[in-house]
Amino acid sequence: MTTPIDPAQEPSGAPHAQGPTVLAGDEKGLSQGRLIFRRFVSNKIAVISVFIFLIVIGFAASASGVFGIPGWWKHDYTTLYPPVDGGRPTLTLWPFSLGDHPFGQNNVGKDYFAMTMRGIVNSSYVMFIIGLTGAFIGVVVGAIAGYYRGWVDAVLMRITDIVIVIPVIVIGAVVGTAVGGLGPVALALFLGFVVWTGIARLVRAEFLSLREREFVEAARVAGASDLRIIFKHILPNAVGVIIVSTTLLIAAAIILETALSFLGFGIRSPEVSLGLLISANESAFQTRPWLFWWPAAFIVLLSLLVNFVGDGLRDAFDPRQKRVIFRRVKDLPADAAIVDSQGVVTDVPVGPLTTAGGDTTGEGLSGEERRNP
Amino acid sequence: MLSYVLRRIGVSILILIAASFIMYILVAWARDPLSDLYASNSPNRDALIAQRIDWLDLNQPVVVRWFNWLIGAAQCVVPFGGCNLGVNIQNQPVAILLGRAMGATLQLVTASTIFAIVLGILVGIVSALRQYSAVDYTFTFASFFFYSLPSFVMGVLLKVFVALGFNDWLQDPVFSWASIIIFSLVSGLLWQAIIGGPRNRRLIVAVASIVTTGAMLYYMSVTDWFRDPALGPVIAPLLIAAFGAAMVLMTAGPRARFAWRTAGATAIVLIVSYFVLQPLLPAMNGWGIVLLVLLAIGVGVLAGWLLGEHDKGQAMRIGGLTGLLGMGVIILDQFMQRWNDYLTNPRVGGRPIATVGSQTPNLQGDFWIQGIDTFTHLLLPTISLMLISFAGYTRYARGGMLETLNQDYIRTARAKGLPERTVVGRHAFRNSLIPITTIVAADVGGLIGGAIITERIFAFSGMGSLFISGLNAGDPNPVMAYFVVVAVFAITFNFLADLSYSVLDPRVRSK
Repeated sequence: MTTPIDPAQEPSGAPHAQGPTVLAGDEKGLSQGRLIFRRFVSNKIAVISVFIFLIVIGFAASASGVFGIPGWWKHDYTTLYPPVDGGRPTLTLWPFSLGDHPFGQNNVGKDYFAMTMRGIVNSSYVMFIIGLTGAFIGVVVGAIAGYYRGWVDAVLMRITDIVIVIPVIVIGAVVGTAVGGLGPVALALFLGFVVWTGIARLVRAEFLSLREREFVEAARVAGASDLRIIFKHILPNAVGVIIVSTTLLIAAAIILETALSFLGFGIRSPEVSLGLLISANESAFQTRPWLFWWPAAFIVLLSLLVNFVGDGLRDAFDPRQKRVIFRRVKDLPADAAIVDSQGVVTDVPVGPLTTAGGDTTGEGLSGEERRNP
Repeated sequence: MLSYVLRRIGVSILILIAASFIMYILVAWARDPLSDLYASNSPNRDALIAQRIDWLDLNQPVVVRWFNWLIGAAQCVVPFGGCNLGVNIQNQPVAILLGRAMGATLQLVTASTIFAIVLGILVGIVSALRQYSAVDYTFTFASFFFYSLPSFVMGVLLKVFVALGFNDWLQDPVFSWASIIIFSLVSGLLWQAIIGGPRNRRLIVAVASIVTTGAMLYYMSVTDWFRDPALGPVIAPLLIAAFGAAMVLMTAGPRARFAWRTAGATAIVLIVSYFVLQPLLPAMNGWGIVLLVLLAIGVGVLAGWLLGEHDKGQAMRIGGLTGLLGMGVIILDQFMQRWNDYLTNPRVGGRPIATVGSQTPNLQGDFWIQGIDTFTHLLLPTISLMLISFAGYTRYARGGMLETLNQDYIRTARAKGLPERTVVGRHAFRNSLIPITTIVAADVGGLIGGAIITERIFAFSGMGSLFISGLNAGDPNPVMAYFVVVAVFAITFNFLADLSYSVLDPRVRSK
């Protein structure tokens, strides 16, 4: 449907939940972080996506200017100019020239290049603020609930359930109606208070299992405070889940922002956003198609890039899906080793649904099941 | 178990009440329901304002209004309690508006959800079985692309290219040689990649599908098929028989005699009924069709039960599916025979694919013409919704399949010599259902919420437009009615998903 997929439903990237992985000879003896970085870098699509993403955002930001620094583009996104050639785009690729209005002009004569660049900047502002605010609140709530359990957990998770019951686009529309006039940053902050629930549930599930591990007990015996255990000992072990779900949240946030702006509940004129540009020019498709194509192309591009990066990160942190197909074991290099979830080298892998003790894990189940295993 | 269910229901009700409170406050805070009247300059403005304040009880504090609303809404749960969801700003009862909107929305989203689930899971399985092949990369990229495409972009593109393009093309429905060749080559490439195997087999598959597609397109082109389509007394029976054979090959395998007998018997009954039904079908209405479909499934299941020998369950499934698909062919053929009547109807004027609304106004016609009309109106929104949710299902089905294909019991199943069809269908697919269940339940639960954006683009008045117009006017009762229905469905389906885990995997216990 139109609601972005809840990150809570994405397969968990919990390191403890990993099934057996195959290490090639040159991967033995590397640290976890090093391995993850290598796996990510070896995913060409994800790396290229990172670069293109940075280039697009950097180009848009430098053209329209950010944080009060003026950009290099001569036109302003609010000023009206006399229409040139019916507002057609003046961009030519060969010989390359930008012309006076590279993306054309809209029906009242505003420079569309300036508007689109400003729209990209606003949309990416909003998506990062939504993503980071949501992730921060989610991590704090999830960490406290998972670490302290008991009534703290019950209260926090019931609050999470209350927010989850309301579809994101619905509560987003209501929030957007109320605060959309305050500008993109305020809108993004408020939307961040809506989208944290998925991460909170994931982080909580992660904390519930990590807090039973020996290293937490060791830290407690050594006299570490609760805050130190949460932030220094447990959180670094849950960082995979957090990074992956934050990236996916950012990808969902760009769609959420553009959808809300499209419906008129998000960023409002005279500010521009990519969704707002499409909404304003949807009916002009037959007469001035470029007014639709530029913002549409950038929305799809940005969202696609962030999704590729998120998927690359997930594969790097949680290579379960890249595991070897055992029919092909004989094709592996001779020095490859199969490492199971406990870090033991085996040739008979342990299935992810059973732990070493023979109990079933919560893997693949909903949050409710994880709560009452 | 019982205490678990009761506890869940109790907690859900409390969550629902709390969420409704937050929602009510937010809506009241977001927009003033009187703002349009303050801006108007009609002479009886003050009277209108007083009237609306009276209708919506705006003199009361917002908490009291919420409490009154809650009491009214709670009566909907009590049988014969008199459901009171309040009135909107035009003093129409919301319960009636809600019923209408739910009907329209279900009409819109049901087909797209079913197609998305079936296609998404199929594509995901194919993708997983051909992991790291060209077809896997193509499907993965396509699912990423559709996942990243906002629904409003998709809607506008469909409207411009599919609707306008197809309607223009229909004025002279001829394929050029270039497009026939391109379509044939693409289909050849796709099928050889999906079916796979050694090079010889791939080559045969590719050539066969290129020739079939090319011949089909050429035939459609020269016979003006798109203006006056029909399956006819040759192709329809062949198609029914082919569906039967496909069911057997996919589920039981070529050597299962009982399956062939079941599918054959069902197909023969359906082919005979194709000819018998021809004079009767034009006078049928909706209930008649439902009855026919149920009868066809019944015949198939009965054939399976009688001829199923040692595997009655599987034979009954094969028979039932053959009956369903075969009756589908018969009904489709009837719709096709009436397509030209629809196309030449003056209200339609030769441009069938609609871009807005849910029906052609003032269209006169029987069940079949109205059916085609609904189809042409729902086609684009359905495709749009389907492609968007399809992406999620594909990724989940692929991930789940890869996960199970790496399990020991799959290796065991292969080692003891089971055919690949059984390994994939019985051992791997059924075990990969658990993660898929979560997302299917979430989507079906969210189904009634409609597609707010898609509804707006295609000017469809369902649940989404009830919500949007209510929120725009600052009208709390329609928004709350929308919220209650969506939330109740979401909670219920989440709960059903949790219960279904223990059915799908007996190791999981709900308590």
